[in-house]
Amino acid sequence: MKYDLNAVYVIVAREFIKFVRERGRLVSTLARPLLWLFLVGGGMSRMVSPDMGIPYMQFIFPGIIGMTILFSSIFSSISIIWDKEFGFMKEMLAAPVSRFSIVIGKALSGTVVSTLQALIIVLLFPVIGLKLDIIQILLILSISIILSFCLSSLGILIATFYENLESFSVIMNFIIMPMFFLSGAMYPVKLLPHVLSFLTKINPLTYGIDALKYMVFPEKKLLTHDFPLSLDISVIVISSLIFVIIAANVFERRK
Amino acid sequence: MYEQEIFIHSPIHSFHSFTHLLTYSLTGHVPKKQDGAALVMPIIAVENLTKKFGNITAVDGISFEVEKGTIFGFLGPNGAGKTTTINILCTLLSPTSGKASIDGYDCMKESSEVRREIGIVFQDNTLDKELTAYENLLFHSYLYNVPKNERRGRINDALNFVGLYERKDDTVKKFSGGMKRRLEVARSIIHQPKVLFLDEPTLGLDPQSRANLWEFISELPKRHDVTIFMTTHYMEEAEICNKIAIIDKGKLIAQGSPDELKKMVGGDVIYLKTKDNSIAIDEIKKNLNLDAEEKNGEIFISVSKGDACIPKLINTLADMVLSVRLQRPTLNDVFLKLTGKAIRPEAVSGGDELKEAIRSYRRKFERG
Repeated sequence: MKYDLNAVYVIVAREFIKFVRERGRLVSTLARPLLWLFLVGGGMSRMVSPDMGIPYMQFIFPGIIGMTILFSSIFSSISIIWDKEFGFMKEMLAAPVSRFSIVIGKALSGTVVSTLQALIIVLLFPVIGLKLDIIQILLILSISIILSFCLSSLGILIATFYENLESFSVIMNFIIMPMFFLSGAMYPVKLLPHVLSFLTKINPLTYGIDALKYMVFPEKKLLTHDFPLSLDISVIVISSLIFVIIAANVFERRK
Repeated sequence: MYEQEIFIHSPIHSFHSFTHLLTYSLTGHVPKKQDGAALVMPIIAVENLTKKFGNITAVDGISFEVEKGTIFGFLGPNGAGKTTTINILCTLLSPTSGKASIDGYDCMKESSEVRREIGIVFQDNTLDKELTAYENLLFHSYLYNVPKNERRGRINDALNFVGLYERKDDTVKKFSGGMKRRLEVARSIIHQPKVLFLDEPTLGLDPQSRANLWEFISELPKRHDVTIFMTTHYMEEAEICNKIAIIDKGKLIAQGSPDELKKMVGGDVIYLKTKDNSIAIDEIKKNLNLDAEEKNGEIFISVSKGDACIPKLINTLADMVLSVRLQRPTLNDVFLKLTGKAIRPEAVSGGDELKEAIRSYRRKFERG
């Protein structure tokens, strides 16, 4: 047990040191949500009628927080593929620690890194004319933590199936981007056609963004949340558990 | 190098190891007492180990034992099954059949216990290049639960041991290949393992770094009370081993001490230059009952123990001798004889080249 706690701690510490050291990574991962928020959001808000209750730029704000978490969580976990490629994974796998603690350590690494980035985005709220009090910010942060953990575990699960860097663009184009578009981040889930609506409903990010919408817009309007908050949180927590358990089992399997 | 050994291996020692070889080759085990208790409890015991990947049998029913405090060399060409065997012993792979244990712990069933007892230097580099040397070792000491108050001391000792203390706060990406390897050796002893696995530790290093690394490795059993299990295909490196097992196409084809193995290819050859070769040959045949022939102005004599024979030759021929040269068989000769092919070391394996290419691509990509 002592071994496992140490392992979780040191895996998170390693990721954090590297995150602080590589400032370029922070800048590039923050650039994407900012571009979407101001360029896409700014442009679209001219087309989306203001009588929907909320300006479009504000409507996509929870989605942009979700996007920040999605990208940085998955990228952080995908570093497992780097670790495999460059050998460091062997150092961890040969150590007397359980596979479960390696998976938890990696998932928490992603959680720390992406919650920090989400926080930076959240603090931009005055720029787009939103009013959030400190309680709302703390609630957004709490949702960000569980959503980051969920998506980081999903990232680990994805990473366990790939051995090399060539798979990166596949993951990007066929997993991350569709997850983002089918999450209710850019358009309300209830306006989607049936097929897309179904895909949206099996996407854990949808529930994370829905929960964020709760916290950002406490008043129910046309463009706000679609599901009960209890459902959002249950889906995030349960899917996290499923991802972690499957990933740990895949790791445990010796060839 | 071989000339020096003449003085190290006395005839008595050679005789002892010869009887040992006989016992060994007959039973395949360390000699046992009548009551069945082993004289020395082996720290690594492998019995009938087999590993198949689909149709390919990478390791084919091998058995061997390694005694505590010794250096055991696992020799063979690329793809012979060396790394597969190491991965099974390190609990990273499950064997298809057979048994393997380290210090009495079963490598399959008691993997956590086994992992605590072993240190590994893998064939490919497994350092985090973005972290400093010190951070890499600190990471390791957490993973292996080194007590908090001992971490700093042990890390500094290990860094001093491999001569990298001054570079401890540099990121590993600034290190040369030799320094990275030394750092990996330092890392592998931080948790004071009982057995240290070195998989091709000098692969891809320049001769100076190799010599440097061997200096550290050969000191390890004494200084850190550790048993070393190493693989290599550099034959001359295997000379430092106490015992060697030669593997080819997944099967063990010979094992014994370097001297014992060399005896398998026949004895030593003594080359003599004398004032008059034909008189000398007659003298040798008459007085020592040895078969001597002349070739290219030199007399050559095949004997089993050249080192012991030289004094006799010189006594017999007295001042006729102009020069004496002893040629002992190398492990490469052994391998050649056993498999019909020579082991050729490659500087860099194919996988490494690919990874280097990807790394430099990434570096360029990140800068641009």
